[in-house]
Amino acid sequence: MAKVKMTVNGRQVGSDCEDRTLLVHFLRDNLALTGTHVGCDTTQCGACVVHMDGRSVKSCTILAAQAAGSTITTIEGLAANGELHPVQAAFKANHGLQCGFCTPGMVMTAVDMIRRHGANLDEATVRAELDGNICRCTGYHNIVKSILAAAAEMAGAQQAAE
Amino acid sequence: MGVEGIGASVARKEDKRFLTGKGRYTDDMSVPGMKYAFFVRSPYAHAKIKSIDMSAAKDMPGVIGILEGKQLQADAIGNIICGWMIHSKDGSPMNMGVWRPLAHETVRYVGDAVAIVVADSLGEARDAAEAVVVDYDVLPAVTEAVKALEAGQPQLHPEAPNNLIFDWQIGDGAATDKAIAEAAHVTEITLRNNRLAPNPMEPRATLGIYDSAEDHYTCYTTSQNPHVARLVMSAFYNVAPENKLRVIAPDVGGGFGSKIYIYPEEIVCLWASKKTGVPVKWTCDRTEAFLTDAHGRDHVSTVKMAFDKDNRIIGLKVDTIANLGAYMSLFSSAVPTYLYATLLSGQYAIPAIHANVRTVYTNTVPVDAYRGAGRPEATYLLERTMETAARELGVSPAELRRQNFVRTFPYQTPVIMNYDAGDYEASLEAAMASADWNGFAARKAEAARRGKKRGIGMSCYIEACGIAPSAAVGSLGAGVGLWESAEVRVNAVGTIEVMTGSHSHGQGHETTFAQLVADRLGVPIDSVNIVHGDTDKVQMGMGTYGSRSGAVGMSAVVKALDKVEAKAKKIAAHLMEADESDIVIENGELKVAGTDKTLPWFQVALAAYTAHNLPAGMEPGLKEGAFYDPSNFTFPAGCYICEVEVDPETGVTDIIQFVAADDFGNIINPMIVEGQVHGGIAQGIGQALLENVHYDPQNGQLITASYMDYAMPRADDLPSFKLSHQNTPCPSNPLGIKGCGEAGAIGSPPALMNAITDAIGNNSLTMPATPQKVWAALNAAN
Repeated sequence: MAKVKMTVNGRQVGSDCEDRTLLVHFLRDNLALTGTHVGCDTTQCGACVVHMDGRSVKSCTILAAQAAGSTITTIEGLAANGELHPVQAAFKANHGLQCGFCTPGMVMTAVDMIRRHGANLDEATVRAELDGNICRCTGYHNIVKSILAAAAEMAGAQQAAE
Repeated sequence: MGVEGIGASVARKEDKRFLTGKGRYTDDMSVPGMKYAFFVRSPYAHAKIKSIDMSAAKDMPGVIGILEGKQLQADAIGNIICGWMIHSKDGSPMNMGVWRPLAHETVRYVGDAVAIVVADSLGEARDAAEAVVVDYDVLPAVTEAVKALEAGQPQLHPEAPNNLIFDWQIGDGAATDKAIAEAAHVTEITLRNNRLAPNPMEPRATLGIYDSAEDHYTCYTTSQNPHVARLVMSAFYNVAPENKLRVIAPDVGGGFGSKIYIYPEEIVCLWASKKTGVPVKWTCDRTEAFLTDAHGRDHVSTVKMAFDKDNRIIGLKVDTIANLGAYMSLFSSAVPTYLYATLLSGQYAIPAIHANVRTVYTNTVPVDAYRGAGRPEATYLLERTMETAARELGVSPAELRRQNFVRTFPYQTPVIMNYDAGDYEASLEAAMASADWNGFAARKAEAARRGKKRGIGMSCYIEACGIAPSAAVGSLGAGVGLWESAEVRVNAVGTIEVMTGSHSHGQGHETTFAQLVADRLGVPIDSVNIVHGDTDKVQMGMGTYGSRSGAVGMSAVVKALDKVEAKAKKIAAHLMEADESDIVIENGELKVAGTDKTLPWFQVALAAYTAHNLPAGMEPGLKEGAFYDPSNFTFPAGCYICEVEVDPETGVTDIIQFVAADDFGNIINPMIVEGQVHGGIAQGIGQALLENVHYDPQNGQLITASYMDYAMPRADDLPSFKLSHQNTPCPSNPLGIKGCGEAGAIGSPPALMNAITDAIGNNSLTMPATPQKVWAALNAAN
């Protein structure tokens, strides 16, 4: 048992956990942030993706202790002031989700993907980048569409701001 | 159609909670004092249990209790049953073996549950489970159905000699044999329908809570049909009477059939909660899901299709062996019989059909319905056979199909089904136009110049959905009726709650069912809440599977809305001093036709509840319920075309385009319907190209028990899809809906296999068409 401290969704948190506790279980069980999901045991499905210090990581493959002192953003921390993030809004507008279970990981992966590629994203790149996120409901068709729509929307917004 | 009514692609009401991490799935549930369960499972495919030693485990840190099967049996918890009786052709009932929720005599597949450990943390439960010592006497195992029927093989259940569960037939054997004998041409083919793991992304989970003060149980569970779970656990498993058992299926992360059944874990966690005095939560990990979720498909079939000299089909004979695994799951007997062989006429007028089906026990996890359930197996047989026949006869595959289409409705097949409406040629034409079928030869030549093998294939599917007329399925052996129930509760302020026995686990009922209400009453969908998944809130229901929520579930809502509207009109007529027959409901108002007299919807609702001025003798309130029992199945149909390019150097298949042309009857929300088709096609492509459950045939170990070993379709395995609809309304239900949930998984595997075999010039190819198999088949052909 050790007390692990980190910043999660802008809030400083600390909680006792077993040494073997994975970050995903720390978020779910200790902080009651159940939006981050566990869909496999082998770092394949990506339902657990969160951002650690601004980069996407699979929270099932990192110990809570390893994340001590870092800044974590989960799906619960993405929408600001009750407004959906443009990626969340694009998933809704384009029916990029069905059962919703893989969705938090998909959205967090997409946000990071758009951060890295910006408006240069094309369908082939999105499909290749989604290799670590499995969805069983959508056939990915509308997820790809959602991410491309969000990338275009965010690039447009950025251009307008400049 | 209004902007939110029937036919509008309304964005989903439920999305916000899923997109912001506020979905509430079973594993997200937490109650005071809750503890964690881990199951001790058999590492062997077949063994006698000699002893179970818990002495070391029970003193481990955090352990609250360890329970085994003997205790379960002593407490009179029942064995797990199959709910659909099938009789063999000699009249004898199916040979159902015993399935104990916790095995204490014999284990029959790797993963069979033996004991449950309850501890303070999941880690401690897992540690203690590893310290439970089960002494096994290992027996030989058999995993393949064809082999399990042979002499001298391991025997699974004393009730089923030679592992045969039943030997069933349908159709006219003599007439079919005669057609084959007299045929100008007979196409014969043997096909394997590969075994699949359904893999909803949310693993199964359950939380059992026993309240000793009330002697009452609550079961949170990942179920597609919570009322059926309650019924079965009460009536057959003796967990608790229905009034003492509440089953809640909250947000459920996909099902695809695998969450229809009542598994050992729900039963055992409820019982364990009473035994240990704490709420008990169990969540499956992914390897456990591969080991214990019911699998799908796993047929081996031989087909003979007979043609006359004009290439008309005159007979079809099918012999199928279906693997049902180690135990009979809830609907397992119906899948390879009434959900399969009744669809063997496909879209074609075939005067004589005969099918024989033998189902077999093996040392593998039970097999039951997976998306499509029997219909993909029937479609795969027919459509690969049609393609093979076209090649043998030297005619175009489209022409051979066209020539044999059913063209007049209703059409009675020789295998029970009565097709009520459809236009198969319309979908065929639409698909061919969308795929530019006529331009294929040029594309093939261009690909050949790049050293690639290009192929094209089609598949024309039909399915029976809207499951199902209760009397009909009852006469065929079903233990339940397959109606649906609904309740429409208008609140005093005019907002509306619809309680439905259908269950949404990704299908978007909270939106589509609200669209129906909005369409009828002209109220905004935000004023309509859809309530489902809780036996305390919804009176009764049969759940969601077999593409039945729209055709059956929404029809029940229509019936309840009819009653609500009739009462609201009576109240409005009374208040406006008009004749009831002159009242119309439009845009959220009740109007006297031809006058300017109107009353807003909420005011009529309020009047119903204040009851100050109601028609003489009328009860207060505005709440009506209904049960809807369909009069027929529905028959979605369509044509899928796939074009591929095979790299002869590597055997890798690249899907160039995938076209779907479907007839789903009337559509509530096109965006959601298209999403269902996308997902279905992806699962069908997965079956044809990637997915396969593989058990080691020597020892019964599951080789494909993780996402490292079982090839789930990923985004870069798939193309974007081209969809269109050629809808003919269904005549048997009030909304004209046929259902769309399974079509994609049914129609796509043969289209893809027909395309690959066309590309490589070798028809001897089994699913999944992995690069290794394709490369070998290509080289064998050359």
